[in-house]
Amino acid sequence: MPKDKIDVDYYHKVVDCQWACPAHTPVPEYIRLISERRYTEAYMVNRESNVFPGILGRVCDRPCEPACRRGRVEEEPVAICRLKRVAADYKADVSAYLPKPADKKNGKRVALVGAGPASLTVANDLAPLGYEITIYEKNDQAGGAMRYAVPMFRLPPEVLDEEIDAVLNLGVEIQYNTPVSSLKQLLSDGYDAVFVGSGAPIGRDLTIPGREQADGSVHVGLEWLANVAFEHITKINSRVLVIGGGNTAMDCCRTARRIGGNQVKVVAPESYEQMLASPWEKDDSQEERIEFINHLLPKEFVVENGQFIGVRFQKLKQCYDKDMKWDPVPSGEDDVLIECDDVILAIGQSTAFPYIEADIGIDFNDRNMPIVDSTTHQSSNPKVFFGGDAAFGPKNIIWAVAHGHEAAISIHQHLQGKDVKKRPPHGMNLVSQKMGIHQWSYSNDYSDDQRFKVPHVEVDDRIDKLKLEVELGYDEKLALEEASRCLNCDVQTVFDPPSCIECDACVDICPLSCLTIAKDEPIEQLKLILSAPVLNPEQGMLVSEPLVQTKRVMVKDEDLCVHCGLCAERCPTGAWDMQKFTLKLPKAGDV
Amino acid sequence: MSYIPKPKVSHPGLAKNKLGLTIRDYEGGLSTLCAGCGHDSITAAIIKSCFELSIEPHRVGKMSGIGCSSKTPGYFLSSAHGFNSVHGRMPSVTTGANAANRNLTYLAVSGDGDTASIGIGQFAHVIRRKLNMLYIVENNGCYGLTKGQFSATADVGSKSKRGVANEMDPIDPAAFALQMGAGFVARSFSGDKDQLVPLIKAGLNYNGFALIDVISPCVTFNNHEGSTKSYAHVRSHEAEVNVVDFIPARNEIAVDYAKGDATQVTLHDGSTMMLRKLDQNYDPENRLEALKQIQTHQMKNEVITGLLFLDPKESEMHDMISTPKKSLREFELAELCPGKEALEALNKSWG
Ligand SMILES: Cc1cc2nc3c(=O)[nH]c(=O)nc-3n(C[C@H](O)[C@H](O)[C@H](O)COP(=O)(O)OP(=O)(O)OC[C@H]3O[C@@H](n4cnc5c(N)ncnc54)[C@H](O)[C@@H]3O)c2cc1C
Ligand SMILES: Cc1ncc(C[n+]2csc(CCOP(=O)(O)OP(=O)(O)O)c2C)c(N)n1
Ligand code: SF4
Ligand code: SF4
Ligand code: SF4
Ligand code: SF4
Ligand SMILES: [Mg+2]
Repeated sequence: MPKDKIDVDYYHKVVDCQWACPAHTPVPEYIRLISERRYTEAYMVNRESNVFPGILGRVCDRPCEPACRRGRVEEEPVAICRLKRVAADYKADVSAYLPKPADKKNGKRVALVGAGPASLTVANDLAPLGYEITIYEKNDQAGGAMRYAVPMFRLPPEVLDEEIDAVLNLGVEIQYNTPVSSLKQLLSDGYDAVFVGSGAPIGRDLTIPGREQADGSVHVGLEWLANVAFEHITKINSRVLVIGGGNTAMDCCRTARRIGGNQVKVVAPESYEQMLASPWEKDDSQEERIEFINHLLPKEFVVENGQFIGVRFQKLKQCYDKDMKWDPVPSGEDDVLIECDDVILAIGQSTAFPYIEADIGIDFNDRNMPIVDSTTHQSSNPKVFFGGDAAFGPKNIIWAVAHGHEAAISIHQHLQGKDVKKRPPHGMNLVSQKMGIHQWSYSNDYSDDQRFKVPHVEVDDRIDKLKLEVELGYDEKLALEEASRCLNCDVQTVFDPPSCIECDACVDICPLSCLTIAKDEPIEQLKLILSAPVLNPEQGMLVSEPLVQTKRVMVKDEDLCVHCGLCAERCPTGAWDMQKFTLKLPKAGDV
Repeated sequence: MSYIPKPKVSHPGLAKNKLGLTIRDYEGGLSTLCAGCGHDSITAAIIKSCFELSIEPHRVGKMSGIGCSSKTPGYFLSSAHGFNSVHGRMPSVTTGANAANRNLTYLAVSGDGDTASIGIGQFAHVIRRKLNMLYIVENNGCYGLTKGQFSATADVGSKSKRGVANEMDPIDPAAFALQMGAGFVARSFSGDKDQLVPLIKAGLNYNGFALIDVISPCVTFNNHEGSTKSYAHVRSHEAEVNVVDFIPARNEIAVDYAKGDATQVTLHDGSTMMLRKLDQNYDPENRLEALKQIQTHQMKNEVITGLLFLDPKESEMHDMISTPKKSLREFELAELCPGKEALEALNKSWG
């Protein structure tokens, strides 16, 4: 590959976690700061990217972890998410480093619908630039689903309050208990732009026979969780069935377990492995002695003599076909009746836009979703932008944050009369980490440790305490040990072909067989003769310009490089160097 | 020299050999040589050869003398036996080891100083003895370990790092070995593993004395302009006479050789060497011709590489002295020391 192809994305992709993080959090950077016990800085590096490190360090969906290189080199990825919590737990007072309200307003007004993470991110990015921000929120507290759906035993309210307040303190106006009932009205109130971050607030109901008769005992999960969060509901009966296999089901069953449910079962039509809930959520639920029953499809809410008895299920032998398409096949066995007192439905959620009029220029598709540009977040009404769950359906907090950042850039560009489609480019910096002959300014020694478990409160101590946070977080010792598992994937191997004397030292030393010096051939040919087979074609492959002495080329498969720096240590001429890559991600203020 | 140990993790797709081992299982300690030293590259070639041959590491005796080169057995086959002997005395120690146990594979690494300066006498006699071993000279034209003085293999006119030209005629280890009667003589270059690895494999399987003189640049003291043992000089003055493909016994010959393209040599153990000629006139079974070619190329300032000579007869010391097949340690005490009567009977038999 000629040099010009080694661009920002090439290096960014090497940092698997950062590439996978929707907000592109510079993970290895904050993990290194944790290793140096510089928790406040580690926190601020996070906040810059993802606004809610304390929240995300507890409940992020962590798309970075399945991507983490460590998971390919050995079994388990680095505990990226829980190290984020470490930064939040051990930081000092950060108030001096937080963004400040604008000295002067810029005369432009932006309305945000809903106070979930998407809107809060937009506010965080735009308020310091002088925009007058007004958030309309239908509840009496901010935070959206993070507040009303994610249970307190996973996310304590103090953590939410601290990080939400940091945004609201930027001079953001918020109107609680104020559902937007007409977007047309809002637009005519003179806002220069509107951001819709109203989430996906409607939980799906299950319309099978008996539903109406059983109404008092059947609860829609999302509403039920909100009612528990806002303390409208404080109890449930002892035998509880939760129907559904996702994370909402896990939150429902664990919540039920804490407010009276002592025989809680989760029933799902798919297999245990196919259940969409995150593995760690399933583990925690099982630990709390919640029973999982799979391959059962609900057929009827059974009510006898006006009394709700339970739910009748059909047994399935499969739920999805080979391509994971919904294709339930009955097993032919008898139906089963599972008796219970209460049922909680956790079978999906959707957006709702009853407040968006048909004649205000916002086009919807046939699935009733607004047509929104996936990069700019602009709708067909150029003044109206969407983000978070409202834009493309339910996702998670970190996606909502990423959308918020992008939408803030768009709103800023739009209100400066710039083309929102011309996105500011991603930039990068590469800085050599060489300190002395074999000294680098990062720790290149490889830790053999397996992933460390985060300590939890004992099961028996947590069951009846709805508000007690289950995870205790890493103590400092564990945190430092876990941090040393990170491979510093942002410390890149950078090659300078003219310096290479083809001594093979780098090829010979590389513990992961990443390097090959080979005849200059097309990349497909080269792939067949590498020092080790290509296991992950997704990762980058460096092919240098022809080398001076033999006109062969240096090839590096980035997939499994552990950034140990041995290639650079062994290179007599400095043709390999370890250089720290910093992604320059544009923010609204930079454009 | 690096400060961190080499991480133990390896590529999950690494090939396994017949013993179920990966190439990483043939490594040794982390090298303390200068970054970029040719010797490290030869270490890597040895590791690759032993891995590909599925040699059991504990059935190898690693022998060496003194020098940077002689340190390298520490960097491969950590579970092999080894003897890091006195400067220039590796051949005698190897002779002793081999006499006591002929059933190990003897892989010796020496330097040009260790071999052609202080060790030239021992070198001559171990060849004459036809000791069954692979003797690798890691030839950098200088004494690396003692800071780069010219060794006996330095070419006339080759310049030291300070710019002084060598005036003494060089000893050519390959030519010398040919004259002493070596059965297998090759020359290669540390920077060319494609050539070196098959030669090492063939040398390890040769039953008799095998020498590979490997030009191995000393990056620290002898890789400058004006040196005839630098990476750049060797690459631009190399004359490769043939290419060897080594096929161990019982392996199918997978590559198709066009007729006349390659000559096939079968070794005593059934393994095969396919020799592809690059120089059509070169006949590696002709000792006289080999000597002449080495001289001719040297006069043209060229470094001749490839398999220079092969005696297909493969004879070794134990054949000459008719020793038993077993190693000493396999004999019972009663066999080794049959007692007074046996001694008397023997004495009587001489009348
Ligand atoms: C039970 C459950 C558990 C979850 N757990 C996790 C988790 O562990 N990790 C994770 O990353 N994600 C989790 N999620 C998903 C995550 O909470 C959402 O993806 C995220 O909060 C979406 O953010 P948002 O800003 O788009 O909308 P929301 O957070 O949904 O916020 C929307 C806000 O808009 C308000 N609103 C709606 N309509 C109007 C209106 N007309 N006028 C005014 N205000 C309005 C709502 O009251 C709400 O406050 C979970 C979701 C659920 C349901
Ligand atoms: C008997 C004895 N004489 C001299 C020395 C000093 N000495 C150590 S290594 C060496 C030369 C090594 O040269 P070479 O064998 O070419 O090895 P290189 O370091 O070049 O690989 C000498 C002279 C010694 N160790 N022992
Ligand atoms: S090892 Fe560290 S830098 Fe690399 S992907 Fe994992 S967390 Fe990110
Ligand atoms: S840093 Fe260099 S030696 Fe280490 S794994 Fe990566 S390519 Fe190999
Ligand atoms: S160690 Fe340096 S000089 Fe040697 S082959 Fe590698 S890049 Fe080239
Ligand atoms: S001094 Fe020369 S021979 Fe010795 S290790 Fe350094 S480069 Fe190699
Ligand atoms: Mg030497």
